[in-house]
Amino acid sequence: MIGLSQYLTVAAILFTLGVFGIFLNRKNVIIILMSIELILLAVNINFVAFSHFLGDLVGQIFTMFVLTVAAAEAAIGLAIVVVTFRNRGTIEVEEINQMKG
Amino acid sequence: MIVQAIVFYVLSAVLIASGVLVISVRNPVHAVLFLILAFFNAAGLFVLNGAEFLAMVLVVVYVGAVAVLFLFVVMLLDINLLRMREGFLRYLPTGALIGLILLIELAGIYASWSFGAAEPGLLAAPAPDPGAVPNTDALGRLIYTDYIYLFQAAGLILLVAMIGAIMLTLRARSGILRQSIAHQLLRSRASSIELRKVPRGEGV
Repeated sequence: MIGLSQYLTVAAILFTLGVFGIFLNRKNVIIILMSIELILLAVNINFVAFSHFLGDLVGQIFTMFVLTVAAAEAAIGLAIVVVTFRNRGTIEVEEINQMKG
Repeated sequence: MIVQAIVFYVLSAVLIASGVLVISVRNPVHAVLFLILAFFNAAGLFVLNGAEFLAMVLVVVYVGAVAVLFLFVVMLLDINLLRMREGFLRYLPTGALIGLILLIELAGIYASWSFGAAEPGLLAAPAPDPGAVPNTDALGRLIYTDYIYLFQAAGLILLVAMIGAIMLTLRARSGILRQSIAHQLLRSRASSIELRKVPRGEGV
């Protein structure tokens, strides 16, 4: 029987993978953005599982808003990556230090 | 029930495996493809939880738009893969330590937590019987009534993101030829044709 705890475990592992990915790929901004998508996916799995097992639809509505914000974040983030690559010729995080005082 | 359990474990295993591959493969294009696989499996988990609408949104919006956007950007940028992998092992211990701490903390929370007694009055929007009202129907009734302002705000966020992405990537190039229709229409015979008397044997 699959209960809430199984879903929470999967979401926790996925969340940890996302955080791990941010640390692991310190150079590639695109992989960091993908890791953020993984983190948000884990959060969504949590929301939907709670929504199902509590019998409350608000979790699914919140998931929809999380999806909206994640899509907006991906669009803006990738636009910034493209502009940075156009100006600097690299997307390494360590090279992006123009705003350092 | 046993079929549901098998499907859950298969979807979860593939989801976690593709998550591992997203953060560890060498080629960003492969990472995006594994991200798409992860989204598909998460959509399967949503269907298992009775959230069909969100599953479809995940497939259409995420696989169809966001992942393809990632794919475009990865293919558009000429990334030096070798340089990108430098420091991979340097950050591995720190990342592993922090990931382990996070996982242990989450496990501790889940182990020490349980549902309280069922209180139907506490539910903000009790889910109707899925046989009587489909998931999409129930969500729509809720979104367009109680959450209409938040829904509009979500649309506004997407609009701002769209305008922001366009403004960020727009560039005014100089030195390229563009058609100016107003300029073309304003030309007259007097401003564009000149009659000259050409002396014979000399040219203009």
